[in-house]
Amino acid sequence: MTPETFVFRLYVAGNAPNSLQAIANLTILCDTYLADRHEIEIVDVSVDPGRALDEAIYMTPTLVSVSPYPGHRIVGTLSNTEPILQILGLGAANRRTFPGLKDRNAAPQVRRP
Amino acid sequence: MNSTPLSLAPSSPATKAPTGITGLDEMTGGGLPRGRTTLLVGGSGSGKTILALQFLVNGVNCCNEPGIFVAFEETPARLISNAETFGWDLPELQRSKLFFMDAQPPHDLVQSGTFDLSGMLAALGSKVAAMKATRIVFDALDIVLALLPDPAAQRREIYRLHAWLLEHELTGIITVKADGFESGAIGQPFGFMQFMVDCAIILNHSVVLGVSQRNLRVQKYRGSSFDENESPFLIGKGGFEVAVSRTLGRGQAEVTNERVSSGVERVDTMLGGGYYRGASVLITGFPGTAKTTLSGAFAEAACARGERTMFVSFDSDSNEVIRNLGSVGIRLDRFVEDGSLNMVSARTITGSAETYLVRIKTLAKEHRARCLVVDPISTLSKSGNELTAHSVAERLIDWAKAEGITLVCTSLLDEMSSQSEGGSPLQISTLADTWIHLNYLVQAGERNRGMSIIKSRGTAHSNQVRELILSDAGITVTDTYTAGGEVLMGTMRWEKESAERHANEVAAVTAQLRNAKLEAEEAELDARVKALQVELAAKQTEKELLASSAAIHEREASLGRDRMRELRGTDQAPDTSSVKR
Repeated sequence: MTPETFVFRLYVAGNAPNSLQAIANLTILCDTYLADRHEIEIVDVSVDPGRALDEAIYMTPTLVSVSPYPGHRIVGTLSNTEPILQILGLGAANRRTFPGLKDRNAAPQVRRP
Repeated sequence: MNSTPLSLAPSSPATKAPTGITGLDEMTGGGLPRGRTTLLVGGSGSGKTILALQFLVNGVNCCNEPGIFVAFEETPARLISNAETFGWDLPELQRSKLFFMDAQPPHDLVQSGTFDLSGMLAALGSKVAAMKATRIVFDALDIVLALLPDPAAQRREIYRLHAWLLEHELTGIITVKADGFESGAIGQPFGFMQFMVDCAIILNHSVVLGVSQRNLRVQKYRGSSFDENESPFLIGKGGFEVAVSRTLGRGQAEVTNERVSSGVERVDTMLGGGYYRGASVLITGFPGTAKTTLSGAFAEAACARGERTMFVSFDSDSNEVIRNLGSVGIRLDRFVEDGSLNMVSARTITGSAETYLVRIKTLAKEHRARCLVVDPISTLSKSGNELTAHSVAERLIDWAKAEGITLVCTSLLDEMSSQSEGGSPLQISTLADTWIHLNYLVQAGERNRGMSIIKSRGTAHSNQVRELILSDAGITVTDTYTAGGEVLMGTMRWEKESAERHANEVAAVTAQLRNAKLEAEEAELDARVKALQVELAAKQTEKELLASSAAIHEREASLGRDRMRELRGTDQAPDTSSVKR
C-alpha cells in the first residue's frame, strides 16, 4: 500500500476561538494519523473574503479535503475526530493497517469548546 | 411590479426604507427602519420569503438600493423561477443590483464541533462593499441556527449577525420559521431576537372553515408609531398586498356635487337628480326584487355617458347577466364590445373576502373604471369569511371613495331573516351614502315589487314607496295607489285606478247635465223677470195717467168755480187761500 499524501484546506476567520481550535485540532489529527504525509493550507476568509464567496464557504471553520477524497467538507472545530476519520478512510475498520493504532481510544483527546 | 406611487413618495422619512408593498408602508408609516434589522416571523408557507424578496426587488426598482438575498432554505434558482410568477424580472436585476447567496448547508454536511458564521459575514462584507448594497435579507436563519449545538452558540451567532448588520448600516430582514405560535410567542432560540431587533413583523396563516386567511401584524417598531392591528394580507399576482383600513387623519377624497344618473329616470327624480359621483349606493332586497336589473341600468347609463365601468357578478356568468338584462331593455353587449364595460364573473369562486377585494381592486385599476357594480356584495360573507367580510366591504367602499369611483353594491337579504328593513348582513348600510330597498308586496294573489329610498345623504329624496315595473322597454317606476291607508300595486292598483277613472267620468257627465238644467231654469227666470218689468212699466204709466187725470179734474173744477163766480158777479172775498189758485 503506497502511502498517499493527504491535502487539506482549512478556512478560518481570523483569530476567532473556533478557528484557532480547528487549526490546533487538525494539526493534532494529522500528526497522529497522517504523520509526514499531509499538507494543510489555511485560508483566512477575513483576509480573503473573495475566496469564501467563490468557494461558498459560509461557516467557519470549514475543512475541505482536496485529495485523495476531494470535495468533502467538514464544518466545525474538528473536536469530534471519528466522523473525520471515517471520511478520510481512516475509520476504525481500516485503522489496524496503521502501526501503533489499536483502537479508537488511541485517538487524541481534544478539548471541546 | 406592484409598487404604488403613494407608498414610495419622496416624503417618506429618511429613517425608513420603503418596502413598496401596498399597505405595509402605510402600517409602518413609511417602511422598515433604515440601517436596522427587522425580524419576520411566520409559519411555513406564510409568505416570509416573498415579503423579504419583494422588499429587495422594490428597493432596486423604486429606490435604486442594491440588495443581497441570503438563502438558507431554497436555491436561488428556485427563488428566481418562483418570483417570475409575480412578474419580477430577477435575472435582469441580478446583473448588478441583486445578489443571491446560496447559503444552504450541504445536506451531506459533516459537522464536527461548533462553528460560526464569520466566514459568511466576511464574504458578504466584500460583496456589500462591491455592490454598495444597502438592503439584505437572511431567509430562514433558523435552518443554519439549528446546526449549532446549543442555545448559547445560537445566541452568539445571532448577536454576531446583528452586530455585523449594524456595523454595515444595512437595512436587514431576518426571517425565521415559527410554527404554531400564537399571539407572538416565539420559540426559545428566537424569543430574544424580538428584543434585539428594532422591528418585528409576524405573519399568520390560518384556515377558517376551509378558507385560508392570512394576517400580518407589526409587533414592534422602535422609535416609530405603527398600526398595531392584525391586518389581512394576500399574495396576489403582483406579490404581497396588505389590506389596511383607512386610519384617521389621512387625506380625504375630493367631494363633488356632480350627479350621475341611476339609469332610471324616475329614480333620479326621487333622488333629486341622481346619485352623487363617487357615492356608494347600496341596493338591498330579497332574491328576485330586481336588484341586478337596477344596477344594470346604472351600468348602462354610465357606459352611455362614455364612462368606463366594471360589473362584477358573483351570481351568474357574464353572458347570462347580459342576456337577462337584455330582456328588460338594458343592452350591455354593445358596451362590452366597444370595451367600455368590463363584465367580471366571480361565480362560485371560493376564497377569502380579501382575495375578492384585491381582485376587484386590481381589475378596476386595470380597466380604469369610474363606475363599479358589485352584485351582490353579500357574497363576501360566505362561509369562512363572516369575520372579515365586514371590514372588506368597508375597505371596498373606502377605496372606491378614495378613487372617486361611483360604487353600486347590491346586497341580498335573507328570506328567512326578519322582514323588517333591517341591516344587511354586512352592516354596510351605515357606510353607504344612498340606500335603496326593494321588497315585495303580496296582495290579491300577486307579487309586486316595491322600491323605496331608505336614505340618501346630502340629497333631497322622496319618502314614497314606488312600484317598480319591469317590461321589455325597461324599468319604470310608478306611484303606488295610496288612499285611506292602503297601498295598492299591480293589478289592484290598475283596477282601483280604472274604477276611479270611471267614477270621474260619471261625475263629469252628471255635472254637465246639472249645469244644463240650471241654465234652463235661469233662462226661464230671466224671461219671467222681463215680463214682470213690462208689467211694472204699464202699472207705472197707469199710475201717472191716474195722477194727471186727477189734476185735470181739479183744474177744471177750479176753473168752473171761478167762472161761476164771475158769472154771478160776486166780489172778491178776503180768502187768501183761494187767491193763489
